[in-house]
Amino acid sequence: MSDASLQSWENDAQLGDYFALLKPRVMSLVVFTAAIGLLAAPGSLHVVEAFAAILFIAIGAGASGALNMWWDADIDGVMRRTARRPIPAGTVTPDEALYLGLFLSVMSVTMLTLTTNWVAGGMLAFTIFFYAVVYSMWLKRSTPQNIVIGGAAGAFPPVIGWAAVTGTMPLEAWAMFALIFFWTPPHFWALALFMKSDYDDAGVPMLTVTHGRRATRVQILGYTLLLAVLAVGTAFTGIGGPLYLATALILNGLFCIGAWRIWRRDEAQAEADEYHTEKRFFRLSLIYLFAHFLVIGGEIALGGWATWL
Amino acid sequence: MALRPEHEMHQRRKGRNTGVAVLLVSFVVLILALTVVKVTDGAFELPRIETADQ
Repeated sequence: MSDASLQSWENDAQLGDYFALLKPRVMSLVVFTAAIGLLAAPGSLHVVEAFAAILFIAIGAGASGALNMWWDADIDGVMRRTARRPIPAGTVTPDEALYLGLFLSVMSVTMLTLTTNWVAGGMLAFTIFFYAVVYSMWLKRSTPQNIVIGGAAGAFPPVIGWAAVTGTMPLEAWAMFALIFFWTPPHFWALALFMKSDYDDAGVPMLTVTHGRRATRVQILGYTLLLAVLAVGTAFTGIGGPLYLATALILNGLFCIGAWRIWRRDEAQAEADEYHTEKRFFRLSLIYLFAHFLVIGGEIALGGWATWL
Repeated sequence: MALRPEHEMHQRRKGRNTGVAVLLVSFVVLILALTVVKVTDGAFELPRIETADQ
């Protein structure tokens, strides 16, 4: 038996390799934000329906991840961060990823529609299409605003969660969408500033490369200010309340200060302290999003403004 | 190298197949639970044509 034939089964995909195609870390964020969207919506689902709805939203997100990995296998192999993904690593073939992605897409959309309603199912289908086709296939390799577009795909889950309960998508659902949407660019661009990435070798236009680091710092500040206005404004919608307002004021204040510090610096200063400010801003961004959604969840339990007014 | 009846390859594939089986059974249980919930929550009703005629 030759080494090549030994290799063929030792490289056999295990269940974990297929699971890795679904981008589990992205899925965990999807589960969290979709669950908050579902809980914040007026009305309620049976606990089994709610569990199934969140599961199918997560599977839909995973399906779009698999389709993304199928499409991006060529650039994933070039970049260090993604070279160990199942397709470039050789454990899963591109065709397997494509079929798994397509199957899970159809399954999750059908099951979410049957479990809840067609609005939620339709939004899940649109999200998968948006991430796999509009973002991955079309805009990721053609515009430095790719992060913004990709952020939109990541921002849909709370809207789908809300629609699963009510069959509608009112302002409050879109306020949660806006939180994630405007949070994504500062979050990722801060990372791009201190992670010397090899997007360039892969031919992916990252803002730091196409427009330079100065422009990236300006854009971080711009998106952060927009985000702050929207995040604090959300306090006065149906999902807000005093706890949310207090949290939003503190976190957005800190976030704006962080973005202003990033804007004020140049590369020489950043390199001198090994991107200390950028790293701190990035860590804060993680707490920022988690805390906002957590207090939206908290306001559901506390009753929002209605308890106080 | 002789291929033993219980080759390491079989063990690896067994692990994967067991995983798929667990996933499929979980899916069936979920569909069953959803069906029970949908049928018993009152939103699902049989057509009432016959009762209306009586």
